[in-house]
Amino acid sequence: MIPALLTLLLSQLAGETLSRALSLPLPGPVLGMLLLIAVFAAFPKAVDLVRPVAQGILGHLSLLFVPAGTGVVGHLDKLAAQGLPIFLALVGSTLLAIAAGALAFTAVARLTGTEEPEA
Amino acid sequence: MTDFAEIWSYLSEGPLLWLTATLAAYAMGDACFRAAGRKPWVNPVLIAVLLLALLLQISGTSYATYFEGAQFVHFLLGPATVALALPLWDNLPRLRRVLLPLAAALLAGSATAVVSALAIASAMGVEGEILASLAPKSATAPVALGISDRLGGSPTLTAVLVILTGIIGAICTTPLLNALRIRDWRARGFATGVAAHGIGTARAFQVNATAGAFAGLGMGLNAVLTAFLAPLILRLFQ
Repeated sequence: MIPALLTLLLSQLAGETLSRALSLPLPGPVLGMLLLIAVFAAFPKAVDLVRPVAQGILGHLSLLFVPAGTGVVGHLDKLAAQGLPIFLALVGSTLLAIAAGALAFTAVARLTGTEEPEA
Repeated sequence: MTDFAEIWSYLSEGPLLWLTATLAAYAMGDACFRAAGRKPWVNPVLIAVLLLALLLQISGTSYATYFEGAQFVHFLLGPATVALALPLWDNLPRLRRVLLPLAAALLAGSATAVVSALAIASAMGVEGEILASLAPKSATAPVALGISDRLGGSPTLTAVLVILTGIIGAICTTPLLNALRIRDWRARGFATGVAAHGIGTARAFQVNATAGAFAGLGMGLNAVLTAFLAPLILRLFQ
């Protein structure tokens, strides 16, 4: 467990350092994720070392949103004042994004001949 | 014997009480979610947030005091983002086979999510901090909070918007894609993961295993792409 945690934290630390040193638009943890994929490619043994702890954290991913989500108490006035535009933006953009993604996938799959046989 | 008010004033200022409350509220939310047969609109995070907000209001506790305890959970968002490398790595072989359709769907879904959210909101008069908080809302929460912070948004507001986006996506994806007559499970799952991150991915896994795996892939890839796209697109609306 300790080597796995250490691998995750070192990846994040390297990501944060690189992101700040090079003023990249990517947040440190995202860069850390990409670095960890590179580590997996270089040392395939690292995958099984990290797996149990990574699955443990990802299995409870939603719990981790709770503290930040509770911060809504500080934004109730803004949400009340602009509730309708925010709600319409969320619903509209989510529906449009799902439709755009799925239509783009099937259109390009048809063009490149990679359609799913059983579909 | 020390009276209750004194014990309360000691506990309410330390991290133990609010860390415990965070886990307890989430456990209750999760119990409701299971009891309701995992319906997407009975979201454990939303229930936990409502319970905690109510508790803070009633006890007159400030968010800063609450966060002293909750920060231990919040901190894990960083390592959790790094841990997303694992499902991405596991799905890498499937990714290679459908590289072009995935690239097209990722670009279309990711850009549409940011552009349409900002276009609708700014057309209705939303600006500044709230608009910046809205930009990364389709990315998975740990990443969206980081992006929001960099764009001058409010990470706590973004957290709420991200959760709402996931719930909307989870509820609407099946009827929407049926209406569009899209039957390819890879397309259905991937588009849902791109637009509605982990909550959409959890929904996709309930419907079909292939859709679930592709949703997880979509969530991971969109986390990276949104980090690049959101700052560029937000600039057009400011």
